Amino acid sequence: MPKTATSILLLLVLFSSYGIASAAVGTLAIGYLEFKDDPHYRETFLESRYPAQPWGRPFDGAQLAIKESRFAAMAVGVEFKLERRSAVSMEALIRAYEDLYADGVRFFVLDLPDGMVAELAARTKPSAGLLFNISALDDKLRQSECQSHLMHIVPSRVMLTDALAQFLVFKKWRSLLVLRGSQPGDDRLYAAFARSAKRFGLKIEDTKDFLLGRDPRKRDQNNVALLTAGVDYDVVYVVDSQSEFARDVPYQVQKSRPVVGAAGLVPDWWHWAWERNGAPQVNKRFVRLAKRHMTGYDWAAWMAVKIIAEAVLRTNSSNLAELVEYIRGDEFKVDGSKGYPLNFRKWNNQLRQPIFLTIPNWVVERAPLRGFLHQINNLDTLGFDERENQCRL
Amino acid sequence: MRLAFPTLLLLLICTAQPTYAKGTGFVFVSSEKDHVVTVFRPGTLKEIKKISTGQRPRSMRFSPDRSKVYVACGDDDSIDVIDVEQLKVVRSIPIGDDPDRFDVSPDGKFIYASNEDEGLLTIYDIVNDKVVAEIPVGEEPEGVLASPDNKYVYVASEVSNMVHVIDVKSHELTANIVVGTRPRRIALTPNRSELWVTNEIGGSVSIIDKVTNKVVEEIAFQPKGFRPEEVTPVGIHITQDGKRAYVTLGHANHVAVVDVPSRQVKQYVLVGRRAWGVALSADESTLYVVNGKSDDMSVIDTRNMKVIRSVPAGRVPHDVVVDN
Repeated sequence: MPKTATSILLLLVLFSSYGIASAAVGTLAIGYLEFKDDPHYRETFLESRYPAQPWGRPFDGAQLAIKESRFAAMAVGVEFKLERRSAVSMEALIRAYEDLYADGVRFFVLDLPDGMVAELAARTKPSAGLLFNISALDDKLRQSECQSHLMHIVPSRVMLTDALAQFLVFKKWRSLLVLRGSQPGDDRLYAAFARSAKRFGLKIEDTKDFLLGRDPRKRDQNNVALLTAGVDYDVVYVVDSQSEFARDVPYQVQKSRPVVGAAGLVPDWWHWAWERNGAPQVNKRFVRLAKRHMTGYDWAAWMAVKIIAEAVLRTNSSNLAELVEYIRGDEFKVDGSKGYPLNFRKWNNQLRQPIFLTIPNWVVERAPLRGFLHQINNLDTLGFDERENQCRL
Repeated sequence: MRLAFPTLLLLLICTAQPTYAKGTGFVFVSSEKDHVVTVFRPGTLKEIKKISTGQRPRSMRFSPDRSKVYVACGDDDSIDVIDVEQLKVVRSIPIGDDPDRFDVSPDGKFIYASNEDEGLLTIYDIVNDKVVAEIPVGEEPEGVLASPDNKYVYVASEVSNMVHVIDVKSHELTANIVVGTRPRRIALTPNRSELWVTNEIGGSVSIIDKVTNKVVEEIAFQPKGFRPEEVTPVGIHITQDGKRAYVTLGHANHVAVVDVPSRQVKQYVLVGRRAWGVALSADESTLYVVNGKSDDMSVIDTRNMKVIRSVPAGRVPHDVVVDN
C-alpha cells in the first residue's frame, strides 16, 4: 500500500510537468498472438452464434481498448500499439513470440487454444514478459499447468460451472439429469461440472452420454426426448463444449423442465444485454468497430489491453518488473463494466470477476448470487479458492 | 442562487398566472424506465404529478432562476425543459447522442452535457438554440460541473479515470486529472477550493485542489456489513456551509455523512437498494435519496440522520432535485 500510494503521488507530481499536450516519448507495443487454424473460429461455428462461444476473432476488443487508452497514453507520454501475429503452428508461434521479444515487446495477449497457451507459457521465461490468456478456459492452466507469467482474463470452466451451480441452489433446483457429450473438451467440462455439483450439493439423478446424429439404431443416445424420459429431475444440465447438440435440447425435452449448461440458461462472462455498469456503452462502441455484438472473448481482449494501460497510467512506468508487481498487487483495481473492482488471485493469476447467467437476449442473474459469501472476497466463491490451490507460482 | 428581496418582489408582482410559485420545495424525481419525472410535495410527500418526458430521463438541473428543470433523456437524445409553474415539458433540446449528466452555465445561457455514447462534451446555446461545440473527452463521460466564474467545465470520464478540465472560451482541454477508478459525479465545495469526485469502482471520493488541479486526498468508505467491492459511491451533495457532504454508496445501500473540513466519515445511514441521486431541502433539514433497485426514495431527517419515510418513486429512479 505505501508503495502504491507513493507511486500514485509520484505520478501526480510528474503530471504537472508533463502538461496536457506532452508528445509521445515512446511506444509500448503489445504482442497479439493467435492461431490461424483455431477451430474456435471456423466460419460455420461463428455463424451459429452459440452462447458463450466466440462470434468472431476478438482482436477488435483489443483495438477498442487501445483507442480508449489514448488519454492514459497522453498522460504518461507513450503510444500503445498492437502487434498482431497469426501463427500456423506451435513452432511458428514460438518464433513469432521470439521475434516480438527481440523487438522489445514484453506484453502478449494470447488468443490461443488451451494446449498452445500451456506450451507457450512453459517454453517462455517468466522474467521475459507477461502473457494474458484471453480464450483458454481450461482449469489445468489455473492449477497444475499454471505459470507465474501467465495471467488469465477469461474465467476458468469451474468459475462458469460454479456460477450456474449457485443459481440452481438459489432456485432450489438441485436435482439434475445430466446429458454429456463425447467431443474433445467435454470430459474436462464434465469434470468442472462434477466438482461444482459436489461443492454446492447438487444431486445428479442420472448422467446420459449423448451422440450427435440421426442413426435410428442409436436413438437412445441421439434423441433428446428419449434421453430425457424416465427418471424425474428439476433441470436438464447439458455438458457440451461444442454447443451443437445442446441448442436443440430446450424444446425437445420430454418433461417440462428448464435446460441449463450449454443451452437454455448459460453461464457467460460477458453479454451484450447486460444493462448496468456502463456495459451498454462498451457494447455500442464495440458494435461500431466490429459490426457485431461483443462476446466474452472480445471482452477479455479488451480487458487485457485495459489492464496494461491502467498499470502504465498508475505507475507511470514501462518497466516490466514494476508493472507486473503492480498488476499482481493487492491495490490493483480495474473496471470491467460488470460492477465489481477486478483484480487477480495471487495463488493462480486468475482475474476475479462476476459471471452472468444468460439467455440469448438477457442476463437473468449475476453471480456470485446473494447469500454466497466468502470470508475475504465474494468473487472467490467462483472457481478455485486458495485452499484448493494446486498452482505453485 | 439568491435573489435580492426587491427583485423577488418584482418577480412576484409580474407573475400573473395563479400557478405554482417558486421555492415550493417540490421534489422532482426522474425514473429511467417509465419515462416520467414524479413531483412530490414536501412534508406530506404526496405525489402531485407525473410529468411525461422523453425516453429514459436521468440527470436533472434547475435553471439559475429556478423557473425550469432541465432533464436529460438519454434514449431520445434530448434535454427536456420542464416549466416549474406548469409542471410540464415545454421544450426539448436536441443535445446529441445519449446525454447523461450536464450542468447549466451560471448565467443560464448554456448547457454543458456529457454524451455518454460518443465520448463528447456538448456545449449548447439555449438562447440561440444551437450546438456551439462538441469536445471529445474520454469514453463514457459522466459528471459535469461548470465553475461559478464560468471559465471552466469539469467532466469526469468513467473509462479514462480522469476529470477533464475544459476552457469554456477556447474549448480546449487544459488539464486531465487522474482520479480513482470509474469517476461518476463532481461537487464543488462552497468555498470553491476543492472538487469532490465519487469513484464508483474505486469505492472512494477523490478530492481535487482546484488551484493545482491535483488530487490531494482520497476518502474510502466502509459501512458495516459490506465488502469493499460492494461500496460503489455515485451521488454527492455538499451543504451550503461547506461542513457536510452526503455521499450515496450505490450497492452498499447507505448514505455516508462526511465532515468536509476534517475529511472524516462520521456516519452511515441505511437507505434503499442502489442509492444514487441525492438532494437537500432549502433549509437542509431533509435529505432525499433515490434508490434505483428498490424503486423508491428515502427521506431522511438530517438533524438526527434518521430515515423518516420511504416512498415509491417510479421505475428505476435516477436523480432527485428540489425546488428551493
